[in-house]
Amino acid sequence: MRPSAELGSIAPEERREPTNVDGGPDIAKNGNMPSPAIEIERLSKEYPHGFLNLKKRKSLEDLTMRVEAGEIFGFLGPNGAGKSTTIKLLMRLIFPTSGTARILGKSIEDVSMHQNIGYLPEQPYFYDYLTATEVLDYFARFHNLTTADRRERVQKLLKKVGLETAKKIQLRKYSKGMLQRVGLAQTILHDPQVVVLDEPMSGLDPLGRREVRDIILELKKQGRTVLFSTHILSDAEMLCDRVGVIVGGKLRGVGTPGEMVGIQSQGMEILFELENAAQRFPLLEKATKTGERYRVESSESELYAHLNELKAAQARILSVAQIRPTLEEFFMNLVDADRAQANAVEVSGR
Amino acid sequence: MKAGTLARMVFVAALVLGFAGIWRLQKHIDLQQQTATVEADNLTLRSPRILKSMSLEYAPLVAAIYWTRVVQYYGEKHRLHQANLGLLWPLLDIATTLDPQILPAYRFGSVFLGEKPPGGAGRPDQAIALLNRGIQANPDEWRLYQDLGNLYYFDLHDYPKASAAFEEGSKNPKALIWMKVMAAKIAAEGESLETSYFLWKQVYDTTTDPSIKQNAEDHLLLMQAELEMRAINQAADQFEKQSGHRAARIGELVEAGLLKSIPKDPAGYPFVLGEGGKAEYNLDSPLLEKNLLMNR
Amino acid sequence: MRNVWVVATNTFREAVRDRVLYNLVFFALLMMGAAILVGQISIGIERSVIISLGLTAISVIGLFIAVFIGVGLVSKEMDKRTLYALLAKPVERWQFLIGKFAGLAMTLAVNTAAMTIGLYLALWTVEHPLVGSDWQLLPAVYLILLKLVLIVALAMLFSCFTSPFLAILFTVGIYVAGLFAGELRTMQAVNLSPSTMRGFRAISYLLPNFENFNVMGVVAHGRPVPLALVWQSTLYAIVYGAMVLAGASLIFARRNLK
Repeated sequence: MRPSAELGSIAPEERREPTNVDGGPDIAKNGNMPSPAIEIERLSKEYPHGFLNLKKRKSLEDLTMRVEAGEIFGFLGPNGAGKSTTIKLLMRLIFPTSGTARILGKSIEDVSMHQNIGYLPEQPYFYDYLTATEVLDYFARFHNLTTADRRERVQKLLKKVGLETAKKIQLRKYSKGMLQRVGLAQTILHDPQVVVLDEPMSGLDPLGRREVRDIILELKKQGRTVLFSTHILSDAEMLCDRVGVIVGGKLRGVGTPGEMVGIQSQGMEILFELENAAQRFPLLEKATKTGERYRVESSESELYAHLNELKAAQARILSVAQIRPTLEEFFMNLVDADRAQANAVEVSGR
Repeated sequence: MKAGTLARMVFVAALVLGFAGIWRLQKHIDLQQQTATVEADNLTLRSPRILKSMSLEYAPLVAAIYWTRVVQYYGEKHRLHQANLGLLWPLLDIATTLDPQILPAYRFGSVFLGEKPPGGAGRPDQAIALLNRGIQANPDEWRLYQDLGNLYYFDLHDYPKASAAFEEGSKNPKALIWMKVMAAKIAAEGESLETSYFLWKQVYDTTTDPSIKQNAEDHLLLMQAELEMRAINQAADQFEKQSGHRAARIGELVEAGLLKSIPKDPAGYPFVLGEGGKAEYNLDSPLLEKNLLMNR
Repeated sequence: MRNVWVVATNTFREAVRDRVLYNLVFFALLMMGAAILVGQISIGIERSVIISLGLTAISVIGLFIAVFIGVGLVSKEMDKRTLYALLAKPVERWQFLIGKFAGLAMTLAVNTAAMTIGLYLALWTVEHPLVGSDWQLLPAVYLILLKLVLIVALAMLFSCFTSPFLAILFTVGIYVAGLFAGELRTMQAVNLSPSTMRGFRAISYLLPNFENFNVMGVVAHGRPVPLALVWQSTLYAIVYGAMVLAGASLIFARRNLK
């Protein structure tokens, strides 16, 4: 069953017992923090645009959301949906039109709160003429660390993100992936309780993405909270305890990835190849062919019958797997519905 | 040889030839420009006030540039033996407006604005204006009064004003004693060869500007010749008294024992006796022409 | 305050690595060439020309650095997004701004000091030994430095709310206007109404009076710089600069980064 495009069944997150990985209630894992790590309340952002800045464009509308302590929260949405806007609002890079937010119990207006936050901007860029060591050292100086401690951490992190060999080279010679790693390093250098990452996987090769994933998981193991935004749904599915979906500036739903798409399976798919291309049997009619490969869908009840038929036809079975709806499909439906609504509004002339 | 290397060599050769061609062409163009702009001197921006505004806070440097232009301008005119020094005043005007303390400009201007062409611009009135501006901006520079006095004395023959200038300058405790002496002498006698010689000698001895020094030297040489000629005339008068007629040649004066030998002018040419038995420059002497130019 | 120092030293280091100080090479060559030429083409004013040229070069080169790099201090960080990671640290926006300002001021100070040494060398080449009045170059250069630092503050102010190009334009514009502030104040014209004159006077006081810092004519002719002028101009620069930076901080504190 496809999840409905109308989200009547899943209301935006209001109150929920925080749970940790073991399923039990979260008992102050990080010292004395039973409260949510990030609380956002009716956050809105309007931009003036158009001729003489008379018109207003709403890039974020009434966002209310919570990120619980110790969880990995994925912030999903297509480009321009408002993910970056939200994160920038949290980091006080831009200022809200209305609404408030708190991180670790302190208002986002409180700069001292940043001692405990790490932030990785989208497509980070740093000072051309400094080396990685110098940049990390520079950023580290804003935190209350002793000189020795700072030096040690910088070295440790350079090693961790795999930049040890390149640490003395000026950043202008770095590739995008290397810059991303520097960004990641400065994010966690000071052992922050809350880590906010804006599109951390963008521009990385699969190896890089795996490394980032590993770091995120390690952070969670250490009991830290991670909020990251992405439009790569598979990453979200793999990593996140919960996701929040934002489209067109509005929050469309919050929940575990499973909740969002519905657990129900939609049956099985069988991939096979034929020894003899000229063979004909009934199942073949129902199969789709790509190159040499055939694909056929079977319900659970039909599965073994189909397999026997294929065995008789001496087909080579490549794989048998469950068809599960992905976050992607859920997502696309949302976007389509949104677009349809926007078109309807336009057409009706409002 | 590979085709690539050959191509590169051809390209380099073409570049070299191209530049050589440009060089020669430019020489031709320069010649054209010179013949076309004989008298068209180049001073597009004449207003000192506008230039001062445009100089923002860098006026002293721009003044120095314009002063350099004065020196170049004067040198060029002299090299080409051209007489029209019409740009001298505008350039000096600009330089001194931009930097009222640029002393060499005042001193140079007082000499060469006043001097008759071709040696100078022949505009003593402009020189007076320049010096007055200089004195107002630099009241402590007594030498400007010296220049003012020289101007009134030599170029305007205004002896009361000349004397007054020397007198005013002598009031400065740093002034040399002769300023006061000259003030009195000119007030009493007006023009005299002695005074003239002394004044030019002062300029010659103290200036560091080579043009001014050369100019002073020319004046001094002419005055030396003048002194010599007076001595010759005295001898000639003596001869006439003794013999009853004017000598026709200087040699006669020597033979008569009134002169030791035929005197030569500072350029090395012997004097001659002209009509009326008065001493005159030798026709070959360069001082003859100089005298004509400077002492019209 | 520690944060300000951290930003300042980083800004200084970046300027050095960005080869800003290479302009010193150009300056050195210029002064050497001038020292050689000047005796031959300018008569009677060798010392004056070297001093005027040197001070002009220090002022103009410094001006370029102050305007272009001053504007870039904020714009470049906003453009290149280097600012984002920084502001997520426990740093106030005003600390960032003042730190950047201090870093460039330090760069300018080092630059100016080096150029002054070059100027003294050129002067020594033309006329040695140096005379007592040559020490007056130091207050002259110091005043130029004050002027440059004030210009940096203005450049930062403009870059906080306009595009880099406009900021450069405005800064240069204010510099030129400021040079004429004195004239504006004493302007006499027959057909101006008293209220217009008062308006001009008011504007002339609001503009930064950059002529305060100009003693080139004085020093070029070997005269001393009055001490009162030096400390009064220092005070002026401090007060005016502080106001400008305060304004910049206020604007920047509420600016939405893109």
